[in-house]
Amino acid sequence: MARMKFLCDAERCIECNGCVTACKNEHEVPWGVNRRRVITLGDGEAGEKSISVACMHCTDAPCSAVCPVDCFYTTDDGVVLHDKDLCIGCGYCFYACPFGAPQYPQEEAFGVRGKMDKCTFCAGGPADDNSAAEKEKYGRNRMAEGKLPLCAEMCSTKALIAGDGDMVADIYRERILKRGGRPQTWGWETAYSS
Amino acid sequence: MKLIRKQPGVEVKAPAGIGQSVDRRTFLKRSGLAVGTGAAATLLAPGRVKKAHAASADAGGDITIKRSVCTHCSVGCGVRAEVQNGVWTGQEPDFDSPFNLGAHCAKGASVREHGHGEKRLKTPMKLVGGKWKKMSWDDAINEIGDGMMKIREESGPDSVYWLGSAKHNNEQSYMFRKFAAMWGTNNVDHQARICHSTTVAGVANTWGYGAMTNSYNDMHNSKCMLFIGSNPAEAHPVSLQHIFRAKENGSKMVVIDPRYTRTAAHADHFVQIRPGTDVAIIWGMMWHIFENGWEDKEYIRQRVYGMDEVQAEVAKWTPEETERVTGVPEDVVKTAAEMMAKNSPATFVWCMGGTQHTIGNNNTRAYCAFQLALGNIGKEGGGANIFRGHDNVQGATDFCVLSHSLPGYYGLSAGSWKHWSKVWGLDFEWVKGQFSSEEVEGDKGKPVHPMHYRGIPVSRWVDGVLEESIGQKDNIRCMVYNGHAVNSQARGPEMKKAMSKLDMMVIIDPYPTHAAVLNDRTDGVWLLPATTQFETYGSVTASNRSLQWREKVIEPLFDSKPDHEIMYLFAKKFGFAEQFCKNIQVNGDEPLIEDITREFNKGMWTIGYTGQSPERLKKHMENKHTFNTTTLKAEGGPCDGEYYGMPWPCWGTAEMGHPGTPVLYDPSKPVAEGGLNFRARFGVEHEGNNILAEDSWPKGNEIQDGHPEFSADLLKSLGWWEDLTPEEQAAAEGKNWKTDLSGGIQRVAIKHGCAPFGNAKARAIVWTFPDRVPVHREPLYAPDRELVEKYPTYEDRKRFYRLPTRYASIQAEDHSKEFPIIFSSFRLVEYEGGGDESRSNPWLAELQQEMFVEINPKDANDNGVKDGNMVWIETPEGAKIKVKAMVTKRVAPGVASAPFHFGGHYQGEDLHDKYPEGTAPYVRGEAVNTAFTYGYDSVTQMQETKVSLCKISVA
Repeated sequence: MARMKFLCDAERCIECNGCVTACKNEHEVPWGVNRRRVITLGDGEAGEKSISVACMHCTDAPCSAVCPVDCFYTTDDGVVLHDKDLCIGCGYCFYACPFGAPQYPQEEAFGVRGKMDKCTFCAGGPADDNSAAEKEKYGRNRMAEGKLPLCAEMCSTKALIAGDGDMVADIYRERILKRGGRPQTWGWETAYSS
Repeated sequence: MKLIRKQPGVEVKAPAGIGQSVDRRTFLKRSGLAVGTGAAATLLAPGRVKKAHAASADAGGDITIKRSVCTHCSVGCGVRAEVQNGVWTGQEPDFDSPFNLGAHCAKGASVREHGHGEKRLKTPMKLVGGKWKKMSWDDAINEIGDGMMKIREESGPDSVYWLGSAKHNNEQSYMFRKFAAMWGTNNVDHQARICHSTTVAGVANTWGYGAMTNSYNDMHNSKCMLFIGSNPAEAHPVSLQHIFRAKENGSKMVVIDPRYTRTAAHADHFVQIRPGTDVAIIWGMMWHIFENGWEDKEYIRQRVYGMDEVQAEVAKWTPEETERVTGVPEDVVKTAAEMMAKNSPATFVWCMGGTQHTIGNNNTRAYCAFQLALGNIGKEGGGANIFRGHDNVQGATDFCVLSHSLPGYYGLSAGSWKHWSKVWGLDFEWVKGQFSSEEVEGDKGKPVHPMHYRGIPVSRWVDGVLEESIGQKDNIRCMVYNGHAVNSQARGPEMKKAMSKLDMMVIIDPYPTHAAVLNDRTDGVWLLPATTQFETYGSVTASNRSLQWREKVIEPLFDSKPDHEIMYLFAKKFGFAEQFCKNIQVNGDEPLIEDITREFNKGMWTIGYTGQSPERLKKHMENKHTFNTTTLKAEGGPCDGEYYGMPWPCWGTAEMGHPGTPVLYDPSKPVAEGGLNFRARFGVEHEGNNILAEDSWPKGNEIQDGHPEFSADLLKSLGWWEDLTPEEQAAAEGKNWKTDLSGGIQRVAIKHGCAPFGNAKARAIVWTFPDRVPVHREPLYAPDRELVEKYPTYEDRKRFYRLPTRYASIQAEDHSKEFPIIFSSFRLVEYEGGGDESRSNPWLAELQQEMFVEINPKDANDNGVKDGNMVWIETPEGAKIKVKAMVTKRVAPGVASAPFHFGGHYQGEDLHDKYPEGTAPYVRGEAVNTAFTYGYDSVTQMQETKVSLCKISVA
């Protein structure tokens, strides 16, 4: 069974934010909610590195472990999804997540948190595949159409790779072999170690 | 590495000590969402999102795929649009495109937002008593047309300025230049003037054509890549895919820039220069090349003229002098030179950092000389890879939406006008009659007919309005901005003054633009809604000279019209619609795009835009996947052997089937298969020296030596005249390769393995330019008076492109004490050009919410500036802008740099309320060029917007 994973190749990420707007485009994510972001370390100085970060769809997802209403579930592909009908917007998952993935839309002027929103690996949610309800709550379901997450498919330098973990690892291994140097599989230990 | 966790909605307060560095994103988080605009947008957003959802949910029906090309930069990324019931519902990666292989940057991945167009200008409008009023197209065309006709009668056609656009497709660009000609003026220009005009002039005068010699894809073959004044990680992000392919194959990467850019972050070697010292750093590198004998002597003997003069100049640039001028120590310079010299083939990339200077033409020629010395031109993996800016700035340049030339760089001589009159199917005398018949005093002090006198360049339109003594009957009284952002030009306060003095301002654009709100007028401004390129179709030329064909994705939104239709409406109003479209079918009021392509195919012989018929272009788009992603050559399939998009020159007629030229001047292939040599453009000898190529020719060349350009006479003397068909002979008699409309001369030359334009040496010196050998000259606003003494600028000129142009009189005044910081500008990946379009796209706008300036911690501390403070940047001509300070070591001490793209603020004031209702971009800010100062290139009038002086204080 395929196990879906993300990998961002920091040697190639140029912080162009293509992944971010691809996600906005595909899922019509509102202003203020960012399912994916690019983080730059050492900005403007030698050694500057950028990494694109979203939900990593962890093997043993901490968000799921702390959720008081048990709204998370992991699909057969290893994608961590959640049910917005159950979510109460409590924010526990945000504190548990090592990647800062959960987002909360600001629905009212006084900052009351709405239901949690996060990257779905373009795999929708519990509603029927590609139904209007699924699209409204979770965005498009590319996985159901046999496609991979748009952020990775559109990555300008192919830094962000998504797909079956084994294939992702193969692609990355080939690059490391070619260019030499130590692999920097940022976040993999945390997300997929168990 | 540990990720710093950021919680959305909850502000993480980072300490903001004096002079502390922060990264751009943290900076943004702190600055953007907390302030009013961000909060308001958060509340507005859900409504917008719901509507967009509704549009897609209601759409239903079959999904059709439309193939288009991204409208944001010159890489030419393929766009695959999913359309349902006329609504643009999805955007998929275009994996078939050999240019982007599915990839997009932030801008490309957000182009579907064009289908929403929330902030677009929706109907024609005019300013009446300070209020925007809607009006019909008929009324608008009539009113504007009447006003222009009145100006024409009183002041002559030169008093209406037609400012075109690199956002037009090729067909529209061609028609725009033709339109200006039929109105009777050379006062026509576009963005190329202020982006790569110094490149085009410098490079074309070195070896023939002024375009990128190789391609993004060809960089896979490079063993070393040098970038100067170029930051493709932000300006051409998808090119990095190709650059990284080379790098991972072992190529070295050198970045020369005043800023430690996102591109520099990936380089093997970074060279931080003082802004405006490009010639010095290049000569400094070449000093090491000649010192160590690293130059390619045999290549120079065969293919380069004048390198000895360059070498004499280079000898002055010892390591000590280079360091004194550029600030770069010897070992850093030598390493860069050695990397380029010892890793062959090496490619050389430059952009606006090099071009936008009073000596921009010297910079670009120095770059060329460097590559010629190393023998890197005309080779796969080598080349002068000049990354162009806008999606069709290469095409718009080739069609010469420029004040000094006609389509195909034919110039403005009587012969050129006759050539095009013939192509247009018009009598030359009729065309001439459209111009004013009054001769004026020209640039050289002699009388000249306005038809043959180069017009006012876009960089100087303000002076065309304000200067008293100019080379035309009257000042500019009406400005037409057709797809142009005025925040790309310097000297904000004077621009505002010029806008007030004008009789009329006509803005034709999908968005109202900065021009609509910058002016203080209460009347006499019209806004006409144009479509984007996703609402029309036609060809577009990428930076590598490949043409791609866009399909129409959606019908025009709101009450907008495609630009060529708007031109036709004006032509009708002015009574030359019939002449304008003599060979072109008109449906309703829209000229047929394919017919326009076919017409320019009949005239663009100089640069080989003749073989790319609409049919061939469409075939390439349908078979994108058959092209090799490194060579761009189709391997099998219907386009077998052709290069993707038939990069010009694609010689002869479409029937001849030339495959296009993937690498310019590459003699390893026959001309018929895309090979070439340097162009014989400057005669056959100079000062008694042979300047034709020696012992070098493209594979299969039957002359087997240098030769002049082809003409009917040359064919006869070679005994090849009989190779022409009788029809070709009839057309070719008395003509040359540029003017023979049958294409026979080109066909026969190529049949014998010869380049139609001759086979000459490239020239490292240009005897027709102010500086024969490129030399360093200090910028007009220079920080070091001793260096000004040694490297002074030019003398003032009385008349240059119709205008007085000042150099020495400005540099003479010392501003360096009062304005101690060097001021420069740069680009951001999220926005493009003047930014009216991209700042109106919420998916992009959210990522960069505020205009800022980068200041080194030292300068921040010296001036009492803390990170995040609002500061005033003041420049010597009295302009000032209010922006947020970002303290960072990205810039060196003594240098401040601010991003371009912003507009909608002026000297501290938000102009939000001056936009027509609902059209103000999500993000507005000070235009950096409001503060930029006087200074224009000595050959092309390129503005000096990469180096000036400023002072910075807390606001």
